[in-house]
Amino acid sequence: MRWLLLKDLQILRRSPVQLALLIIYPIAIALLVGFSLTRGPEQSTVALYNAMPAGETLGFGGEELDGDEIRNQLCDRVECIEADSTEEATSLVESGDATAAVIVPEDLGEKIASLAGFNPQRPEITVVVNGSSAVENEIVDDRIDAMLAEANQLIAGRLAEGGKQYLNLILEGGDFTIVGQQIEILGLKNTKALLAEVQSEVRDPVQKEKLERAIRFATLATENLDLADPILTAISQPVVADKVEVGNEAPGLDTFAIAVTATFALMFVTVLLVAGSLALEKEENAFTRLTAGLVTRGQILAGKLGLGTIVGFAVVLILLASLAAFVPIQWGRAPIWILAALLGAMAFAAVGAALGAATREVRAATLAAVMLCLPFALLSLVPDDAVGPLIETVITVVTAAFPFRPALDALTGGLEISGPSVWLPMLHLLILVLIYGGLARIALRRF
Amino acid sequence: MTEPRSTQALLASGIVKRFGDRVALGGIGFEAGPGEVVAVIGPNGAGKTTLLTILAGITEPDEGSVESSGGGVGWVPQQAALYRRLTVGENLLLFARLQGHDDPQAKVDQMLELTGLAERQGDQVGSLSGGNQQRINIAVGLMADPAVLLLDEPSVGLDPAQRARLWQFILGLVKTGTAVVFSTHDIQEAERYAERIFVVADGSGVFDGTATELREAVVTPAGPDGNGVDLETSFLAFLKKAGH
Repeated sequence: MRWLLLKDLQILRRSPVQLALLIIYPIAIALLVGFSLTRGPEQSTVALYNAMPAGETLGFGGEELDGDEIRNQLCDRVECIEADSTEEATSLVESGDATAAVIVPEDLGEKIASLAGFNPQRPEITVVVNGSSAVENEIVDDRIDAMLAEANQLIAGRLAEGGKQYLNLILEGGDFTIVGQQIEILGLKNTKALLAEVQSEVRDPVQKEKLERAIRFATLATENLDLADPILTAISQPVVADKVEVGNEAPGLDTFAIAVTATFALMFVTVLLVAGSLALEKEENAFTRLTAGLVTRGQILAGKLGLGTIVGFAVVLILLASLAAFVPIQWGRAPIWILAALLGAMAFAAVGAALGAATREVRAATLAAVMLCLPFALLSLVPDDAVGPLIETVITVVTAAFPFRPALDALTGGLEISGPSVWLPMLHLLILVLIYGGLARIALRRF
Repeated sequence: MTEPRSTQALLASGIVKRFGDRVALGGIGFEAGPGEVVAVIGPNGAGKTTLLTILAGITEPDEGSVESSGGGVGWVPQQAALYRRLTVGENLLLFARLQGHDDPQAKVDQMLELTGLAERQGDQVGSLSGGNQQRINIAVGLMADPAVLLLDEPSVGLDPAQRARLWQFILGLVKTGTAVVFSTHDIQEAERYAERIFVVADGSGVFDGTATELREAVVTPAGPDGNGVDLETSFLAFLKKAGH
């Protein structure tokens, strides 16, 4: 068998394009995935026209937000282009220089300030988007919605703060400035004290009863308005999420992305190589000669499985070593992910052997490999909760018949301690090696 | 395959092979002596290749037995069964190793000398001419020093010069005592190189003898110049007479 394996490796070496692909492919994939994992999402470009008069601040609840702060809030999240007019901002969007424009109207400060007054007006900003890209619009919409939600929460918090100050004034009393004039507010507590003082001097039982009712009201109002403080705080942020995680800790997104990349590379390289290599034995008429007393069909199959395992594992190793330049790989867990990669390679090699033996032609084997691998791999990536229970069961059963999902689980678990358990997927892979190996052996009878 | 009881290099008897309901070979007997050259001829689908693959031990017969003398049988398929991306030397070395030779490199050197392709040993097989590929193909068949060499249409696709060189090579083997059995559609080739002709038709062995005996088996009209007719005409007349 070793001579057959050596022969296959010699043939592989003789094909510079194939050999180059086997080395360059995992490196190229690692570069692409590595860059995408280490770079954040591209920032959208947004034109900003702030029509508020220079120096004007957004004041409410005793706190103020100036124009620069508004600008910083926006430009932290997107790339800003300053515009000098609504028309300029709109034309920047039309020309495609900006994905969207945010126009802050002249009276925004006034309207926000009115929220804390007796005649509140609804503050509005204008958002202009270019309708030519649905996907980009969706992204911009999401970002602007998020920014507005944040701004509204900030304003609501500050309004609540202002409300609490007014309530405190009503409760405790103090000075209040309105239209430049300072007014003294007595406050409920002081009112109650004054009424109690007056009541002690009143002799008329009817008058005394009326004063008693006024004192009861002041007492009740004081006690109940004390509750307004926490209520206003609650209104400004009615629901707070307290996230509690149960069950096994999920692997990091980076680990999952690495495992998906490695499994895809492993699958394509191994299945295509073994299927093509076995079909080539037939196309080059060597199979008949080999089996005419030189080696058994089982030995040929074992040689192909060995070839696929060695090359597939080498590809995973090159890929992970290249990815290590971008994201940390847990080399301490190498024995586990090496075992996972070896078993995955063996299972994919068995699939390739079954396909090569069944098709008996390199082209047909290649086509069958692609047509079989892609749907299984994509189905394996469908999250369990994304479909109904029936479809979920169907997908689970179907994907269990192909090595992609167990190989992915084994690699994810091998790469990160918080990943899924590795031993069950490894056992699953071993079973698939036996099943597909058996199918390949049966197909080789009529090869 | 067992040792023949006779002095024949190869002895097959009562060979039956069925593919489903179709009977490909219906009880054929065949023999070849040491150093003998036998041509197996017959129409397309007659069962020539099936017979040869059974004689080579590649296909199991449903009935009958095949026996060969020490050294066994070497098989040379119709199309070169070689790895095109490997060099001549690497191909020979691979098969020498698979044959289990104690000194595979010595065997390779011997085969390179035999084929006259020593200077091409570093060339990839895919870059060789059809004739040279066939020489390597035959050399691989000879790797085990077989008593009988079975060749399935060895000269297909070769030009006359390549064919002549190939036969020069094969006849050189015959001188060393190797029995050569080959199938062909080229009746002239059979007449020129074979000592004996074995005709297969519809899965049966319908003639076994020399070219002269085949001619004598049928009465055919004289040629345009008044001389005897060519073997191909006699062969066709024989098949017609035998109801094939």
